[in-house]
Amino acid sequence: MTNDPMAEIRASFFVECEELLESLHDALGIMDAGEHDNETINVVFRAVHSIKGGAGAFGLDALVAFAHRFETVMDEVRSGRLDISPDALKLFYHAADLLSDEVRAARDGTDEPAEAESCLQELEALMGLDPGAVVEEEEADFQPMGLAFDFDDFAPPPEVEAATVFDIRIKPTDALYASGNEPLHLLRALSGLGSVETRCDIDTIPDFAALKPETSYLSWNIVLTGDTSEDEIREVFDFVEDVCEIDISTRPEVDSFTPGDFGTDLPPLTDIGADATLDSEPAIGAEDTGTPPEPVTPSVQTNISLGAAVPRDANSSAGNEVSPTVRVDLDRIDRLVNLVGELVINQAMLAQSVAEAGLPPNSAVMTGLEAFMMLTRDIQDSVMMIRAQPVKPLFQRMARIVREAAAATGKEVRFKTEGETTEVDKTVIERLADPLTHMIRNAVDHGLETPDKRTGNGKTSEGTITLSAQHRSGRVVIEITDDGAGINRPKVREIAVNKGLIPGDANLSDSEIDNLLFLPGFSTATEVSALSGRGVGMDVVRQAIQALGGRISIASTPGKGTIFSISLPLTLAVLDGMVISVADETMVVPLSSILETATLTKEDIRSLGPETNVVHVRGAFVPLYDLGAELGYRSPKACYEGDIVLLTAHENGARSALVVDSIMEQRQVVIKGLQRSYGHIPGVAAATILGDGQIALILDPADLVSTASGRTRVTDFSLAG
Amino acid sequence: MTEDTLKSTNTEVELLSFRLGGEEYSVDIMSVREIRGWTRATPLPHAPPYVRGVINLRGTVLPVVDLSVRLGMPPVKGDARNVIIVVQLGQQTAGLLVDAVSDILALPLTELQPPPDLAADTAHSYISALTIVEERMIRVLDLAAVLPDESSEAA
Repeated sequence: MTNDPMAEIRASFFVECEELLESLHDALGIMDAGEHDNETINVVFRAVHSIKGGAGAFGLDALVAFAHRFETVMDEVRSGRLDISPDALKLFYHAADLLSDEVRAARDGTDEPAEAESCLQELEALMGLDPGAVVEEEEADFQPMGLAFDFDDFAPPPEVEAATVFDIRIKPTDALYASGNEPLHLLRALSGLGSVETRCDIDTIPDFAALKPETSYLSWNIVLTGDTSEDEIREVFDFVEDVCEIDISTRPEVDSFTPGDFGTDLPPLTDIGADATLDSEPAIGAEDTGTPPEPVTPSVQTNISLGAAVPRDANSSAGNEVSPTVRVDLDRIDRLVNLVGELVINQAMLAQSVAEAGLPPNSAVMTGLEAFMMLTRDIQDSVMMIRAQPVKPLFQRMARIVREAAAATGKEVRFKTEGETTEVDKTVIERLADPLTHMIRNAVDHGLETPDKRTGNGKTSEGTITLSAQHRSGRVVIEITDDGAGINRPKVREIAVNKGLIPGDANLSDSEIDNLLFLPGFSTATEVSALSGRGVGMDVVRQAIQALGGRISIASTPGKGTIFSISLPLTLAVLDGMVISVADETMVVPLSSILETATLTKEDIRSLGPETNVVHVRGAFVPLYDLGAELGYRSPKACYEGDIVLLTAHENGARSALVVDSIMEQRQVVIKGLQRSYGHIPGVAAATILGDGQIALILDPADLVSTASGRTRVTDFSLAG
Repeated sequence: MTEDTLKSTNTEVELLSFRLGGEEYSVDIMSVREIRGWTRATPLPHAPPYVRGVINLRGTVLPVVDLSVRLGMPPVKGDARNVIIVVQLGQQTAGLLVDAVSDILALPLTELQPPPDLAADTAHSYISALTIVEERMIRVLDLAAVLPDESSEAA
């Protein structure tokens, strides 16, 4: 199976499908925003069509059938015979979702979605057509279709210097091949005379069964633009004149268009006839001329040839920009990430030993080392960037969740996304899908009110959920905003009391009440709905986010809505940390968990119990922990006056003050897991390797505090450990 | 003394012997990955006393066991003469801190005897066999018993 070339092609077809589905959803999004221009509709059409074409090649009949009927409807839209009403758009969305399901079903060999047929019938009902009637129409015909290019829209063509345009048609006879000639050489020679657009005509190729290997079927249509003469062209064919049909004609003055200008307005040429040309020979032309070959039906041909000498780069700027990509095994990237991590450590070690050698700062070694340092930084950044991926596919999945949740709850929801191009580590994206799904469902189910209630409160009946992503100070912040009723704090409080999560007389601030949502076993839905409220709640979400090194917080305004923000590290491989020293040990505290640092004064410290102290910071009392004592490196000190504390914040809103001996620096450290070689250590998240080659532990303040004793005063009995 | 009269490998065992607190111990050489000079280990909080800490072994984090403490003796002092024997057992890799490495011995398996069962000390449970080489008694360590249990949480 693994060595089956077909399996590989098939796999890449499905990857391509994902991309096509992505652009399909994009285009539907644009249409949803009210723009119904031809290009957008074409994108939808092409996406569906390409999936159909590919599926046909692999014999995925169910997928072909679905895509075909979907495509037929989109064709009606494209030709303007069908209006895009909001209802129609909803159906398109549904059909696009189902198309994703169909693709997945075809890939995994599972059953196709049950609602497919009903959705298609609804779609076809839009056209007012008998569902059966359209199916046969285009079936056998994978011919390039005449795309509705709006050439009328083009601005008056600018004048360019006249170059002659020749239409050249060559049809080699069998004798040409028999005499050892090769059309490729002819085509190459022609491309030396000017810019050429080569098309291979494959219409004459018979069915495979009837194909004779020694018969010449192919012919080429070449449009040559250049400062040359017919004689020069004839010269090229000097040796093959008698074994090849050659037609050369000059096209007068059609050439005043600048080909490049066309390129930007044309859809990517490759998409148009891709289905038909994939497995045919004309790759020859592509190699030579830099333009993709394709058979073109005569009606389109003249139009296309206007843009004859479209250079390759114009192709890529046409339509949506697609830069060439490589698919790489994730393992290989991870290995590279590891190696670069080693390189960074090694570089730091080298720098340290050079510094110790006492070389003058302007020596060649030092400047060389500095350049080396910059390079390693760059390499590290680039490698991390390879792993980074835009959040767009994730957001698109969420769009679907919103649609489904809205349908299930009978609410009207408009889903907006912002910052889709924000890039995050692949692993982070993968592990974000579940918590995000849950939160989006919650937002629809609990966040937004029913349409009646909304209109009653003077809002639009349609609720809005916004999913946004942005980079903020080295982290990614993802926000889920709804314009619903906001958190019903009295109700939340009541539930928490009823469930015994808080004492009845607890005095809680608004944000503390909001944070009750994250308690295990909390669920506000009075009746359990099909969507959310299945016992797993926001606590699971919070755990998942925390496992990614992230934080989650809520802000809610009654009547206005709720914002959940998730702050995540860009990558799981490096971390911004504060390097500190405690009891002669060097450690790293994640910068993300540190609110501020301070030096303790006598007035700051207040005793709490016989063995514990609190610190008075900005009107709040924060428990004091001696890091050295909590880690078992030393006994609590007699007095903490003048000591440095790190004020850390935890996800549950609690804060703590950690006593350290000194703060050394802030730097990025490469995370090395401890779990595999040793196991979990309470209070320790991971390890890293410092510039001197020594290992420093990366602390997890929240975990540390949860198991800490909090002893910060010396009592009679021994406290070590 | 390492000359072997029996060429057959499956009846023979090669041992790396080392000194620890004046006594001689050994481990099967097949489980030894490398031998490193002493480097200071970063202590781990809440670790059992015999876990000396972790060291940087070319970019990976390697836990180091003070074998002396593990066998119920005072800790290895930790200076330039001490060495860390990096051993691998299954998926687990760890360093054993010992006083010094002394020799490589090739012995027929028949010369290894099971240790007598003495209940008074804990050390014998870490020893899988005994042998005599040139009048010296050499203990063969049971690595699985010596290494920290990776599944359990160190607390």
